[in-house]
Amino acid sequence: MSWFIQTFRSSLGKKYIMAFTGFMLAGFLLVHTIGNSTIFWGRSAFNAYAHHLHSLGIFVPIFEIGLYTIFFLHVITGIILFLENRKARGGKYAVETSAGGRTLGSKTMPYTGVAIFIFILIHLANFHFVEKTEVKTISDFVTQVLNNPFFTLIYTAGISLLFIHISHGFWSLLQTFGISHPKYDSPLRVVAWALAGIMGAVFLLITFLMVISRNQLL
Amino acid sequence: MSSKTININVKIWRQNGPLATGAFEEHALKDISTDSSFLEMIDVLNEWLTIKGLEPIAFDHDCREGICGMCGAVVNGTAHGPDKETTLCQLHMRRFKNGDTIVIEPFRSQGFPIVKDLIVDRSALDRIIAAGGYVSVNTGSPQDGNTILIPQHVAEQAMDAAACIGCGACAAACPNGTPMLFLGAKVSQLALLPQGKLEAKKRAINMVLQMDKEGFGNCGNERECENVCPKGITIRNIARLNREFLKASFTIDH
Ligand code: HEM
Ligand code: SF4
Ligand code: FES
Repeated sequence: MSWFIQTFRSSLGKKYIMAFTGFMLAGFLLVHTIGNSTIFWGRSAFNAYAHHLHSLGIFVPIFEIGLYTIFFLHVITGIILFLENRKARGGKYAVETSAGGRTLGSKTMPYTGVAIFIFILIHLANFHFVEKTEVKTISDFVTQVLNNPFFTLIYTAGISLLFIHISHGFWSLLQTFGISHPKYDSPLRVVAWALAGIMGAVFLLITFLMVISRNQLL
Repeated sequence: MSSKTININVKIWRQNGPLATGAFEEHALKDISTDSSFLEMIDVLNEWLTIKGLEPIAFDHDCREGICGMCGAVVNGTAHGPDKETTLCQLHMRRFKNGDTIVIEPFRSQGFPIVKDLIVDRSALDRIIAAGGYVSVNTGSPQDGNTILIPQHVAEQAMDAAACIGCGACAAACPNGTPMLFLGAKVSQLALLPQGKLEAKKRAINMVLQMDKEGFGNCGNERECENVCPKGITIRNIARLNREFLKASFTIDH
């Protein structure tokens, strides 16, 4: 077997795939957070940002294909890990307790993952695969969708679950790559948490802003 | 020091063999000295079972002083019981209260088939060690002492890793049933020292591949292992294993 396949079929190899794709998704999420924050400066700023993105020409499809590949690699590897790990547990204990290591995030990675997957499909259907025009801009779609109570709920839940996922994920990917040093452990942990928290907060804020301000937004 | 006695209920796992279906058995135990160890409590139960003509409970133990790694069971949901950095044999009955119900289960993991009752087959860990291979040593006339210099703090880290007694609690406690903490310790104790560096790459790769072959799961950085490890091995050793394996996979040239 080639060393490359052997490496990435191993347990650690699969973890490197999770950590690498997770890191790339985190990078995307950061850009997405910053980009969407333009809405705090009003509708036209947001529409202008979206317009800018779409004027990147050939880079748009290249970027999309890359992102989809990374995303599906993350999802498929995640599902494989979940199935393998469930089998490897070798039976449940009658008394289930935590010795103090697990967190809400770490405990629920595969479940929050699947929920995020569904959420992202809904999200793409809402905003990506819709016909945007001069008259009906992207900010019109965002306002309209988020003001539907059903979608307000879906977005609130989806963003919260994403936060729970990355609250473990951001730190976990560092450990997976072996980035661990007595001097930097605590600061890195804080930064990972803060990043996850800020991203979650900004997305939630946007959701609520759209509901509260409705059409008054400039 | 006054010795106290307590009455307890034990709910203990009984299983006749690897393929048999197991079930819990309940026993009420009276007048257990709080000075006795957990294993002595099981000894008392076994004497009582033997007198009654019943089959005593099979459980692993050897040194009974916390150094051999032979003992181990899951007590009320925690591998090696409630005390931190303590093997099951070093857990004492003063940790329990009169009237307590204590649930005792075998270490569980796909890589640890149950032999009987609380005894599990942990030879998978031996095969992982064997897969790690040899360490090249100088077999000529003895070298001068201190020819190979090792900084004190590095020697300490290697010694900390070498404290692992191979009990398997890490895999038993892991939600994914993996002994990554054990691997981390075994890879680290050698990778940190000049003597272990020669075969470090091969060792990291072969030990991980053997672990996968044994049916253990994939580490999810849940950190349950370091919380039950009787020797206080930390996940810093797992991070080192992660680095060693990555480095080795991409740079090994044979
Ligand atoms: C934007 C979305 C997502 C981001 C930013 C993200 C990020 C991450 C990160 C950083 C990790 C940690 C990797 C490691 O432990 O080294 C991770 C783990 C994981 N992710 Fe995601 N993820 C996302 C979506 C998903 C989806 C849709 C799934 C669906 C199945 C998923 C399933 C998992 C699983 C199961 C793990 C745990 C793997 C393990 O530790 O065994 N993730 N994710
Ligand atoms: S790392 Fe700790 S829990 Fe795991 S086998 Fe070694 S001593 Fe036991
Ligand atoms: S019997 Fe040796 S460590 Fe417990």
